[in-house]
Amino acid sequence: MREPAEIMEVKLVVNGETISRRVAVRQNLVDFLREELGLTGSHFGCEHGVCGACTVVVDGEMVRGCLVLAAQCDGARVETIEGLSGNGALADLQRAFHERNALQCGFCTPGMLLTAAELLARNPRPSREEIRAHLSGNYCRCTGYQAIVDAVEAVCRARREEAAS
Amino acid sequence: MKAPAFAYVKPASLAETFELIERYGEEARLLAGGQSLVAALNMRLAAPRVLIDIGGLREFAGINVMEGTLAIGALTRHRDVERSPEIARHLPLLHQALPHVAHAAVRNRGTFGGSIAFADPAAELPACSLALDAKFLIASKERARRVAAREFFKGLYETAMEPGEILLAGEFPVLESGYRSAFQELARRHGDYAIVGLAAHGRLANGVLSDVRLAYFGVGATPVLARNAAAAFEGKAFSDAAVSAAQAALEHDLEPSDDIHHSAAAKMHLARVLTGRVMAQLAGAER
Ligand SMILES: Cc1cc2nc3c(=O)[nH]c(=O)nc-3n(C[C@H](O)[C@H](O)[C@H](O)COP(=O)(O)OP(=O)(O)OC[C@H]3O[C@@H](n4cnc5c(N)ncnc54)[C@H](O)[C@@H]3O)c2cc1C
Ligand code: FES
Ligand code: FES
Repeated sequence: MREPAEIMEVKLVVNGETISRRVAVRQNLVDFLREELGLTGSHFGCEHGVCGACTVVVDGEMVRGCLVLAAQCDGARVETIEGLSGNGALADLQRAFHERNALQCGFCTPGMLLTAAELLARNPRPSREEIRAHLSGNYCRCTGYQAIVDAVEAVCRARREEAAS
Repeated sequence: MKAPAFAYVKPASLAETFELIERYGEEARLLAGGQSLVAALNMRLAAPRVLIDIGGLREFAGINVMEGTLAIGALTRHRDVERSPEIARHLPLLHQALPHVAHAAVRNRGTFGGSIAFADPAAELPACSLALDAKFLIASKERARRVAAREFFKGLYETAMEPGEILLAGEFPVLESGYRSAFQELARRHGDYAIVGLAAHGRLANGVLSDVRLAYFGVGATPVLARNAAAAFEGKAFSDAAVSAAQAALEHDLEPSDDIHHSAAAKMHLARVLTGRVMAQLAGAER
């Protein structure tokens, strides 16, 4: 039988790089990314699942980084805003957010981008209502959301036009 | 806040899980999707000494249809239930309810079994299970048993499970011909727990309703099957008069209490509003 432990060895792939570390099992994934790996693009707002500032992608699905323990990610593939910015996957969304003032302080932006990217990957033609519903778990204290919905909508349109041409 | 210190272990089998539960007893908590438990740890509302991560028991994740029963393994994630074509076909009530369970990022990790075992009074899946007359498969080291949803939800966050037991699956009778489902909830924001919600299931044949089950949630310590309101539709066509009779009968079914946002009277009002909307939807008479 395995023994419960407070410290544990984890091996995971973060933004394509294999990483092994000893972690305190109480450490959540975003603390691990920020404190151990220096990836500070994932933020903490509430630490109990309501604000979405901590959104990261684990095994291809976006999750709340504050509600996942680093220990649970042993063997997982994790992608963060740093990795997904670096490889250009979010470039059109980032440009549209910038052009339409869909960020002010930027605290919510990494989470918004990853959440919007998930929506667009599954639904190339979302209505404004669907965009709002999908982003409803991500809080923004600055923009009032309109500009964010505008930016996501603009990217949908542009991606569709590009696909058609 | 940050979680307090605890020890973590991820058993590879059910037998090992039971051994760990036996050894650590009350000091241990099972960790499934963590979407309620890790939040509670971070808020320091829970401080178990040991977390037993059952996420590795993959044999209890997945959806199976066999002989008129659809089984959802306890570790099946909300997102997989939401996207399942079998669920859409055989359990349209769950298919309609799932998008209301939290936000996509939470549904990507939260599990069916976690929702049922946690038994939040404002949660969607317990109410749907009541309306669909589901059974839950529960096991301890010594024995396995089935408990009907109607017997399972005992009180606020309280279920029929005993210490040492694990929920393994929910078993639902598949949709019978002539039966329909409807689901709506009122929430402050999309993805929030409901203020009041209603999961409805029943038969509609030649315009006549029968065997209607109305499961309300957010209105008490557990989801509530409103028998008096449902009886108002038995053998009747959908009509304003039937809706009014059901709305009046709700008096005898529900006893909501005040919460920090809503008075009991407001909740009762909302439950009545939902009764009209959801039954119109069920009867295909949307107004
Ligand atoms: C921001 C936010 C919004 C949410 N909104 C909603 C909502 O609108 N509706 C809703 O229904 N839920 C909502 N949830 C909760 C979510 O659905 C959770 O996934 C669910 O309540 C618990 O499932 P879990 O797998 O994450 O369980 P965990 O958090 O891992 O566990 C919850 C509890 O159940 C026990 N448990 C888990 N699995 C088993 C099992 N198989 N056998 C015995 N005990 C078990 C655990 O020991 C623990 O006590 C929300 C959560 C968040 C963070
Ligand atoms: S910090 Fe994770 S949801 Fe707010
Ligand atoms: S830009 Fe400041 S929180 Fe969204």
